[in-house]
Amino acid sequence: MEYLIGIQGPDFVLVAADNVAASSIIQMKHDYDKMFKLSEKILMLCVGEAGDTVQFAEYIQKNVQLYKMRNGYELSPAAAANFTRKNLAEYLRSRTPYHVNLLLAGYDDTDGPGLYYMDYLSSLAKAPFAAHGYGAFLTLSILDRHYRPDLTREEAVDLLKKCIEELNKRFILNLPSFTVRLIDKEGIHDLEKLTSGAK
Amino acid sequence: MFTAGRIKYHLCQLTEKSVGNNGTPLHFLMPALPYSTTFNRRRSFPVPPANHSVTVRRPFPLSHGTTTLGFIFQGGVIAAADTRASAGGLVACPAVHKITPIHSHLVVTSSGSGADCMLWERILAREIRLYQLRHRRRLSIRGAAKLLSFMLHPFKGTEVCVALTLCGWDKELIYVCSDGARLQGDVFSVGSGSPYAYGVLDRELRWTLSKDEAVSLAREAVFRATHRDAYSGNNVDLFLITAKGWNCKHYSLGLA
Repeated sequence: MEYLIGIQGPDFVLVAADNVAASSIIQMKHDYDKMFKLSEKILMLCVGEAGDTVQFAEYIQKNVQLYKMRNGYELSPAAAANFTRKNLAEYLRSRTPYHVNLLLAGYDDTDGPGLYYMDYLSSLAKAPFAAHGYGAFLTLSILDRHYRPDLTREEAVDLLKKCIEELNKRFILNLPSFTVRLIDKEGIHDLEKLTSGAK
Repeated sequence: MFTAGRIKYHLCQLTEKSVGNNGTPLHFLMPALPYSTTFNRRRSFPVPPANHSVTVRRPFPLSHGTTTLGFIFQGGVIAAADTRASAGGLVACPAVHKITPIHSHLVVTSSGSGADCMLWERILAREIRLYQLRHRRRLSIRGAAKLLSFMLHPFKGTEVCVALTLCGWDKELIYVCSDGARLQGDVFSVGSGSPYAYGVLDRELRWTLSKDEAVSLAREAVFRATHRDAYSGNNVDLFLITAKGWNCKHYSLGLA
């Protein structure tokens, strides 16, 4: 039902998420933001079970901020990703596991951009591009075919648009709009929302 | 610390000792009374049972069917609901109040299990009032929604079924449910009759509606939902919340 996608370039990461908050067959909100800002240059995209997403994401968000307050500097994206993975893994074998699928995207001033894929079983993988949701089945092959490590920003947005076109064409569910953000050494930038155009 | 008569008071000094063990400033703590420790240590809100091995079968199915809706427009916030409580195929009560005022400027519409909603509304009202007494300001709607959501979180996965829409004077509408969802929006409809209500609302809802148009739109939406949904019916309760507070109207079904 929900869709997340991330594409890493040589000095940026482009991420997008759909804007639908659904409850069984009803779209309760059309402009829901699934991205959580962990720090100035780290974004976490979180989908999954209704309450678990916000609870877990806010928990990680506040802990990352607490680290910055205590130590005076921010966690790197790799550290934040591993911290998130550890927490998810600890809860996995408890009485209250969190059923959430995540993409973590960030820019490290020394290591450059990074995109991390994490699923509800708390497996973590650093990847050049990644997607979550049923839409991933339709779009991963597009990313395999057209992705290059030296994409420019415009090319990455075009690649994203290709993926969304495919969803609008072949995916059974209507995902009318997507929030798009780009992270680079300057921080997090909001790009134009991508809508399906059919009204 | 000094003793006055037989009661000891803790003086609040603004040093590192000014905060009690759970973060409340010391001057909020009750004076230490004899035999009070057992009372104070009791948890103030319900906690889910630790062991689920013994479950009691209910003698009748719980009440779940309803149509409630809320939307924001230029004149304030409208909250409307039907008044039927159903238990399976039986109308358990034809005159239930599904919209409850929490305080003069906050109203809650409830759907899901009737008993759970009644309990959680009282818990929410109590916690908001306690916050107001402790911090000398009224909790915002978003704060109330977050508080409720966090209080419901331990019960996720149990049979608690509560879906509330908080409608507040500062033109905010927040949907909170026992699954953990917390959504802020401009229009929400909850319950078994909600798809039918959305059908009417989505066509005609605009920000620029007048008060009378908004009231009649809400009434029409609930009416159409009760017509099609077996578990909604009887009458329509309608609340209009403005900066001056809430205003309540009861309607019988049948259009104006």
